[in-house]
Amino acid sequence: MWSFFHKLGSPPWLYQLSGTILRWLLPITLAALAVGLTWGLLFTAPDFRQGNSYRIIYIHVPAAVVALAGYYVMAIAGAVSLIWKMKMADIAMKACAPVGAAFTFIALLTGAIWGKPTWGTWWVWDARITSMLVLLFLYLGVIALYEAFDNKEAASKACAVLSLVGMVNIPIIYKSVDWWYSLHQPASIKFTGESTIDASMLYPLFLMIVSFYAVFACCLLMNMRVEILQREAKTGWVKKLASGAGFNKGRG
Amino acid sequence: MYFESLSAALHMDGHGVFVWSAYLATTLVVAAVLVVPKRREKLFFRQLQGVLKRQGEDS
Repeated sequence: MWSFFHKLGSPPWLYQLSGTILRWLLPITLAALAVGLTWGLLFTAPDFRQGNSYRIIYIHVPAAVVALAGYYVMAIAGAVSLIWKMKMADIAMKACAPVGAAFTFIALLTGAIWGKPTWGTWWVWDARITSMLVLLFLYLGVIALYEAFDNKEAASKACAVLSLVGMVNIPIIYKSVDWWYSLHQPASIKFTGESTIDASMLYPLFLMIVSFYAVFACCLLMNMRVEILQREAKTGWVKKLASGAGFNKGRG
Repeated sequence: MYFESLSAALHMDGHGVFVWSAYLATTLVVAAVLVVPKRREKLFFRQLQGVLKRQGEDS
């Protein structure tokens, strides 16, 4: 068990492992995504109140769920990097930010598109939507902060602190629809208590949530591989890869 | 399929423009986050190969 965690700190080992994982995970993810999208878009019945516009749920909810989960990953990686100075944790934190920003953007954009036929407006400054916008700015802030420093160690520290401070926004996003009067509906899927969504709609939604998690994992690993290569560019194993020798040249 | 025809699926009782545009935008963003790191990795190897080639010629 401990040897596995020690190996995680080895850039060539992690690069090789991520390549093997991606070779399997990426095609499975794309297939699951295609099935989930087609199922939700064409094979489910419309909602009795919202009609067909509710089909946006199959991309909006998974994107929002993964955007929040991605922030946990980024903040935990930031904490590990800050406390134990683990190089791979720093790489994971940096790799998380653009992927998390992309999923937050999808959640905001599809929410705005869904809002027009449902609420009659693209945007309202209500608690849920505004706190999601803050989440996007936090992700973009981490990306910008990394680029703002010449000293990478200082950049890593500043980004880790920003990620951890930004964690205060996560419970606000979760509870915003309960704490404040909002146009946004409360959660339909509940871990404690009965969900208010029909099973025929829940299954494709569940598949899409799993698929979006898998997309996040793939993108995170791919971004980490690029970051590992850039940081290890002067080492022998990377030069060996570039010259065509060594283990699989990152075809994951 | 729930819809009786392709045009019904595209129109979705007036909601088609919202639903399809949301799905299209999502597909584009997801494709971008998957493709960009792959291209960066390829570019990295191409640049490093150039550097190594020049170093080989110099020595």
